[in-house]
Amino acid sequence: MTRPASVQTKAPLISRRPAPKPTILLSLGWIGLVLILGLGAGWIAPYGFDDQSLLDRLHPPVFAGGGWDHVMGTDGLGRDIFSRLVFGTRTSLLIAFAGSVIGAVIGTLAGFAAAHFRGLLRDAIGVLIDFQASMPFLIIVLAVLAFFGNSFRLFLFLIGLHGWETYARLTRGLVLQAEGQGYAGAIRSLGVHPLAIYLRHVLPNISSVLVVQVTLNFPELILLETSLSFLGLGVQPPQTSLGLLLGEGRSYLATAWWLGVPAGMMILFTTLSISLAGDWLRDRLDPALTSAP
Amino acid sequence: MSLRFTLIALARGLLTLFLAVTFVFLALRPAGDPLRLMLPDDTPPAVVERYRQLFGLDQPLVLQYLGYLRGLVQGDFGYSFRDSRPALAVVAERIPQTLELGLTAFALTTVLGVGAGTLAALRRGTAIDHLVITLSVAGHAMPSFFFGIVMILFFAMKWRILPSSGIGGLSHLVLPAVTLGIGAAGTVARFSRSALLEVLHQPYMRTARAKGLSLPRRILRHAFPDAAIPVITLLGLRFGGLIAGAVVVESVFAWPGVGQLLVTSVSLRDLAVVQTIILMVAAVMVAVNLLVDLAYGWLDPRIADAERVPA
Repeated sequence: MTRPASVQTKAPLISRRPAPKPTILLSLGWIGLVLILGLGAGWIAPYGFDDQSLLDRLHPPVFAGGGWDHVMGTDGLGRDIFSRLVFGTRTSLLIAFAGSVIGAVIGTLAGFAAAHFRGLLRDAIGVLIDFQASMPFLIIVLAVLAFFGNSFRLFLFLIGLHGWETYARLTRGLVLQAEGQGYAGAIRSLGVHPLAIYLRHVLPNISSVLVVQVTLNFPELILLETSLSFLGLGVQPPQTSLGLLLGEGRSYLATAWWLGVPAGMMILFTTLSISLAGDWLRDRLDPALTSAP
Repeated sequence: MSLRFTLIALARGLLTLFLAVTFVFLALRPAGDPLRLMLPDDTPPAVVERYRQLFGLDQPLVLQYLGYLRGLVQGDFGYSFRDSRPALAVVAERIPQTLELGLTAFALTTVLGVGAGTLAALRRGTAIDHLVITLSVAGHAMPSFFFGIVMILFFAMKWRILPSSGIGGLSHLVLPAVTLGIGAAGTVARFSRSALLEVLHQPYMRTARAKGLSLPRRILRHAFPDAAIPVITLLGLRFGGLIAGAVVVESVFAWPGVGQLLVTSVSLRDLAVVQTIILMVAAVMVAVNLLVDLAYGWLDPRIADAERVPA
């Protein structure tokens, strides 16, 4: 040992981070499984999501007396439930992922703008943040879908708009805080362009808070998308999503519960896992936040 | 309470309402020329022009906007395509059912949430505390439409003790109200718990105990008013969630309220009804936010005295 000092400083650092609790491991495992299902949907699903087989209508799952051809049973058009679940998971994940990116980018840029510019623009962004925070977002989405008609692009964009105001508020506050720390001013005095300061220097410093916000926002996006699809106003058939599957299963509740219930469980476990993992991540990334409720 | 504090809160509310009205007005313009929807495709241009003048659609946008505002103030929200009745009347007859469901759920959220949160805070670290926290996390992640369906599966189909849909006596209200109220109750419980924990360690709580006050009196008279601010904010914020939740839950349980009307009107693109509901929701939300702001000033005079509106 030539450098015992460094060994000594490292030891307590490691011991301060206990191993994650079983619930966290379970959550991370479930998230991994869902990611594999979503990404590998094309290889994992034994059938296409819209392959109909009218001779095999409403087969129950294996454990309820069905055959191994359709492990989780079939729906009213003889489509394989497991395959539809896998493809539905992929759609719901993709929409939530794209929505997260849209919301984070728009919100962060708006936050930078609100912190950088004084006067009218800052006030305008502030008013918009207020407006979105005070209206139930589902209602805004329904209104826009009614006024402009449902198209997949518009739907995706609307999902992305959910939560931009939280990113904007967070970013604005964090940027103002960063200005107070002086490093931003120091770089500015070197003549660096403001946009470069924000993206190259401030963003890395505030990114951990934004990442935590993504984990808080992501389950909400899944719930928003699946709610709308459940109501028949989101993803449209023949495409499928977890919400749409549950919505279709609703009419068969009395006779074939296995149509909708797996999709509902999928939504529940996925949002729950991401929330739990997000809390854990928040504790690890930002010890200052742990005392907040 | 200072006048300025009240005025600022009022101005913020009016601004939100103004934005909602403008948004609806602007969104309705490109959404479709109302004449194209009303008149057959082969109508001669002269006739279309005549109607355009009749409805004031040839006027500058600003004048149209003023006319639109005047109409709203006089209660003219347009006609429902589907019912060919004034949209306001179509919406108004749904309001009592939504109020019945919404208020029951809101009461359930408040009582369950504050109750469970108080229990968890008083029994901190025990099994009850852990149970409350676990349930509140699960309640937050649970999609209300799935919870509703599970409730229908068990209570209406398997055990057959409660009706699954429609409106009627108290028994019809149970499943929808529980479904709508329970998710938010978890969040309220978590907030009440942490707000109360902060208060319970204050010196004045020790003083109250030293004076020999009973536990219920210490909690109700001394701890609750102080812990109420974050909880009331949350209840105000959750009100929007309650409205959004009602849209979904009313559809699940075929509850003939405003939420269900909104969903059917959106799929049929009955724009007059949609705009009426949007503006109504905006007005309700503005009123709720205003009440929350005013409640702040009332509960914590320092806020009103500092003459600043909490963000």
